[in-house]
Amino acid sequence: MAKKKEKKTTIEWDYAPAPESTSHIEVKDRYDLYIGGKFVKPSGGKYFATYNPATEDKLAEVAYANEKDIDKAVKAARKAYNEVWSKTTPAERAKYIYRIARMMQERARELAVIETLDAGKVIRESRDVDVPLACNHFFYYAGWADKLEYAFPNREVEALGVAGQIIPWNFPLLMAAWKIAPALAAGNTVVLKPAETTPLTALKLAEIIHEAGLPAGVVNIVTGYGDTGAAIVNHDDVDKIAFTGSTGVGKIIQKAIAGTGKKATLELGGKSANIILDDAPIDQAVEGIINGIFFNQGHVCCAGSRLFVQESVADIVIKKLKRRMDTLIVGNPLDKNTDVGAINSKEQLDTIAKYIKIGKDEGATIHQSNCKLPKNGFYCAPTIFTDVAQSSTIVQEEIFGPVLTVQTFRTVDEVIQKANNTPYGLAAGVWTDKGSRIFNLTTKLNAGVVWANTYNKFDPTSPFGGYKESGFGREGGLHGLSAYVKLK
Amino acid sequence: MPRYIAIFATNKHSMNKKNGTTNHRVPDFSSTPRIDKVGVEERVSRFQKRSIKSSAKLQGLHMILNMIDLTTLEGKDTPGKVRQMCFKARHLHDVHAGLPNVAAVCVYPSMVGVAKKEVEGSGVKVASVSTAFPSGQAPLEVKLMDTKYAVDQGADEIDMVISRGKFLSGEYNFVFDEIAAIKEACGKARLKVILETGELVTLDNVRRASDIAMYAGADFIKTSTGKIQPAATMQVTYTMLEAIKDFMDETGIKVGMKPAGGISNSKLALHNLVMVKEVLGEEWLNNEWFRFGASSLANDVLMQIMKAETGHYQSTDYFSID
Repeated sequence: MAKKKEKKTTIEWDYAPAPESTSHIEVKDRYDLYIGGKFVKPSGGKYFATYNPATEDKLAEVAYANEKDIDKAVKAARKAYNEVWSKTTPAERAKYIYRIARMMQERARELAVIETLDAGKVIRESRDVDVPLACNHFFYYAGWADKLEYAFPNREVEALGVAGQIIPWNFPLLMAAWKIAPALAAGNTVVLKPAETTPLTALKLAEIIHEAGLPAGVVNIVTGYGDTGAAIVNHDDVDKIAFTGSTGVGKIIQKAIAGTGKKATLELGGKSANIILDDAPIDQAVEGIINGIFFNQGHVCCAGSRLFVQESVADIVIKKLKRRMDTLIVGNPLDKNTDVGAINSKEQLDTIAKYIKIGKDEGATIHQSNCKLPKNGFYCAPTIFTDVAQSSTIVQEEIFGPVLTVQTFRTVDEVIQKANNTPYGLAAGVWTDKGSRIFNLTTKLNAGVVWANTYNKFDPTSPFGGYKESGFGREGGLHGLSAYVKLK
Repeated sequence: MPRYIAIFATNKHSMNKKNGTTNHRVPDFSSTPRIDKVGVEERVSRFQKRSIKSSAKLQGLHMILNMIDLTTLEGKDTPGKVRQMCFKARHLHDVHAGLPNVAAVCVYPSMVGVAKKEVEGSGVKVASVSTAFPSGQAPLEVKLMDTKYAVDQGADEIDMVISRGKFLSGEYNFVFDEIAAIKEACGKARLKVILETGELVTLDNVRRASDIAMYAGADFIKTSTGKIQPAATMQVTYTMLEAIKDFMDETGIKVGMKPAGGISNSKLALHNLVMVKEVLGEEWLNNEWFRFGASSLANDVLMQIMKAETGHYQSTDYFSID
């Protein structure tokens, strides 16, 4: 009956739009600084706008904190440390942190939508990764707060004091959780600055912290640009700097605090190798490549941005990779079916475009997925470069976008050498069917995290951090806790 | 087993085929691609997160109805039962105009004649299980007779089972030859090869069995008999879809897919369609190349269609059970 017709015409079946609703969220027109348990206006009276990178619409105005504001925030944190937080029993501290975690869970949907609006990341990720992980970090470290003597047996544990924390725009809420949760658990007070392009979820977190009744000044959240961050780094009364961001800024911070006695953890850039051996389960490895580089539009410090494929399987891996790229849905980050969302800012889009041009100019072969990009907003099609070498600029420098370079190798020794031949050392991935090959590679790769047959997996119990110019110190797990304590 | 076998490809529907013969290099089945279960689960979860709403959902539901092999495979099957099911195949829910028929009815060989008469002229195919379904524990001569009987009775499609015991004892050559022999006995009927993945257990085995079946001449590969659990999990179906894609790349021959057993609701069926679309492409999204083996799926789909049209869920009593 209907069969003859069907034989000739291929049915087109497109997914209808499935946008997450924004009706339940509350974003104010203007946000002030959260200092000493109050939302206060910036002393300079200046505000800056934060935009939705997917539409270029203005979302809100946010206070621009200057040196005076930072001084106020640090003083509030010091006062809270001396008078309240250092005298609060560990079990009480734990209760506050648990409360924050639970309140975040209750408002998970709102946080996810705001994260997507402000950062351009797809709702699937903010809903399933960012927000749940952020909550889990608070839950995990809440558990340690009254067990510090067991965390560090036979040592006396003391808090550091005031921690100045500066976080990036790629995982705004999650990075705030990574920083605040262990600091509070260990008994420190905090001055935290979110990135200028993505301040909203940190400010929402300030509201949650306020509602949770955390004593005034224990957590202070200040917004602004690089000079605001510099004011935190250079403030005399800050005991510890925790920074996640670019290697360039990390170097400036390290110079600035040299000789001051401030402790520091720096989680910086990366150019991580994702290594596919010839016996790897190919389809799953291809999925791992996709996840490694296109997760969060490639705005991931540990992104698997350098792909190494063993030559005997290179053709099939690249063929399947291109095919899989074409099925990625790029567009409105609020749509539940979108795989790749918007680039975080115009500035970052320009940076990525610059590197794509360099790649082409240096003679690499480009392949971009055949997706349609929205007219407004900042978008970049998933991109891979083949015919590149260790000496190519795009292989050496961190692009921080959905751009992958593909190199081939012949032997395991060769790939270890090439994977380690970078100033960075944050993460790596290894794909093989053989356990022995995994252990051989994981012991020889100079990377803080090595994933085997998976990529971009995070857990609060697992330490994360880099070698070489990817920074020092670890976040997550016991290691993350130790970065916020003095051991005697 | 010989490393290279030139096979006489009897695949009537192959794309690049001239007058029925194509020679293909048969791979060494002991080294078929490895499958990582954790990775497969992760990939499948991405399909399950696709949100299929409004027009896409309605279109999908119609496609599903048209892809169903309405099935009864019971010891207690009677001509009366089969006739009623065949009526349902052509009258899914007559209060709603514009619904398609199902793709086929699937019965035991003894019921093929009855079914054939009932669906005649409707475009609904008759599929027959064979080869000592569901266990497959019979000699080849019996399996061939079983198959020939069903074809003689008018079966358009044959759903055979592979010899899982032989497969698990590593006799891939035996399994291959058996499928090839049945394919020959099918004549014009299309051959679906049931792997019974619940007995193969690992995804590595599922992949290997898929490759053997396709190189031996299967027109369709099918997950399960419906008698063994687990049956058509998305992980298994995904693994088989990737095998089909690779086979297409290697030989240019298109093979169909039929998950059977355990797909009882619309949501799961829609996620299967998502998987087919994203792994194999839209060319597979019709009943020539994709089928659901199911008995209770149709009514759930009908219920969802009525919900989409009227805004209300209706009682199950409004949907006929045949």
